[in-house]
Amino acid sequence: MTIQAIDITRVDTSAAASLPVRPNIFRRYPQLTVSPAILVVLLAGWWLATNVLGAPAYVIPRPQEVFQALVQGLSRAPWDKAGYWYHSGVTLWEALLGFAIGSALGAMLGLALSHWPIAGKSWYPYIVGFQSLPKVALAPLMVVWFGFGLEGKVFITAIITFFPVLVNTMAGYQAVEPERIELARSCNASEWHLLTKIIMPSCLPFLFAGLGVASVLSILGAVVGEFVGARAGLGMLLMQFNQSMEIAPLFAIILLLGVIGFLMNYAVGLVERRYCFWAQRAGASARI
Amino acid sequence: MQPMPATATSVQTEVAPAPALIRARGLSKVYATATSGEVVALKNLDFEIYDGEFVSVVGQSGCGKSTLLKVLAGLLPYTAGSVELNGRVLRGPTSETAVVFQSPVLLPWRTVLDNVLLPIEFRKLPMASYRRSASDLLEMVGLRDFAQRYPFELSGGMQQRAAIVRALVQDPRLLLMDEPFGALDAMTREQMNLELLRIWRQSRKTVVFITHSIAEAIFLSDRVIAMTARPGSIAEIINIDLPRPRELSVINTDRFGRYAARLRSLLEAQGGLF
Repeated sequence: MTIQAIDITRVDTSAAASLPVRPNIFRRYPQLTVSPAILVVLLAGWWLATNVLGAPAYVIPRPQEVFQALVQGLSRAPWDKAGYWYHSGVTLWEALLGFAIGSALGAMLGLALSHWPIAGKSWYPYIVGFQSLPKVALAPLMVVWFGFGLEGKVFITAIITFFPVLVNTMAGYQAVEPERIELARSCNASEWHLLTKIIMPSCLPFLFAGLGVASVLSILGAVVGEFVGARAGLGMLLMQFNQSMEIAPLFAIILLLGVIGFLMNYAVGLVERRYCFWAQRAGASARI
Repeated sequence: MQPMPATATSVQTEVAPAPALIRARGLSKVYATATSGEVVALKNLDFEIYDGEFVSVVGQSGCGKSTLLKVLAGLLPYTAGSVELNGRVLRGPTSETAVVFQSPVLLPWRTVLDNVLLPIEFRKLPMASYRRSASDLLEMVGLRDFAQRYPFELSGGMQQRAAIVRALVQDPRLLLMDEPFGALDAMTREQMNLELLRIWRQSRKTVVFITHSIAEAIFLSDRVIAMTARPGSIAEIINIDLPRPRELSVINTDRFGRYAARLRSLLEAQGGLF
């Protein structure tokens, strides 16, 4: 009896909403079904524009040429300076080092400036001022200071990644629930325990939001650093292909940079899911 | 269910005059605000709370109930008068007091058991010797199977029970509760009230319970402190002479109704309850 009644209501509601009873695959896995479809449409449009409508090759290369350049560059050995692996490695290493240094400093300083409000308030105008400065404008100076090597790229990347992490950490500190601090105080917690057991974990969702932004910016920092003077790296290759008007490999490098940036951001997301799994489910605002 | 003589509760206080655990004299708290100058939150409070007592504080929103609780917890300094806890002048949080807040305030990155043991970590007490009592307490409130779960896997009522266990694990003499069940639905709230009385009976703690529910205050308490509107002072302290252990049916008795009417008229004299 009851089973029948349940069946009737289910049929009624689904009919009223005119929804299919079985969940549809596009609704359930849009990233596995719709996203690839979008890629196919974009590639088709690109192919049409270049091969059929005849957009000039020095403006937009044909997709098959870019693909060819990509295969050629990636078929070389990782130590071969004519291939893409070597230069990708150089750029990635610069980006990773700069990201690590910049975000570590940003997190520590953000915590310190929040924890000692006098320091925070006195430094605040300088931080705001330096943050509104376009950091890439410092890139030419790097060549003067550090020459064509690794250090200049790491330096500019560190400066660029420093700020989003700093600002997010400070926002995270501000957002610590006052009740958590009261709880610690009611238990006579030491300042150190308050910082390490309450405040720092509470800041984690904000820290990871900053790290996500910084991970993408780190590639920008490394590439800009290479633009102004470098012996290796994808940014240097970009400049070379630009000067020799080799548009297809240029596009290939841009694609590679996109992939590297995506992977960096993805890696940050994986670490976040491991150490900050509680934030999304507890409803804490992780992204600002 | 089993009717007990009405004098059962008063016997505790009459046989031997129990020492006052809390003694407040002329207790006042003035806030200095940036916009409206000085705000008097508490004005000239005189009261005692005796060992093992269950005392509720009722009053309108903004009458300073929560301020009073924070002062008693040592979280807020008072500006005049004196407060003694167990014969010593109160100067900040002590290990004799534990607080249960309005929200459970469980740390989402810790399991229930690790949350419960947090005060032990903060007070740098030997963790090993408290693990057992933490498990026992979790068992007592029916959370044994949830010790290794995270707070977001628990319902609101379960979270607040975990918060109560966290307060009890330090074995305090005084339990300060700031509208702990205010966010729960009516049914859960009644269950939690019964459970709190059971915990109180088993653990023999002294409880100061802040609430804006008159029924909750009468149902739980030995005495109810009715507060006036701002500036908060004591309108009257009412002895609740209802038999213990109490069942929910006590709410329907005439005497309960008279206490409720008395408290309501006291609070309405302050310009309405809400």
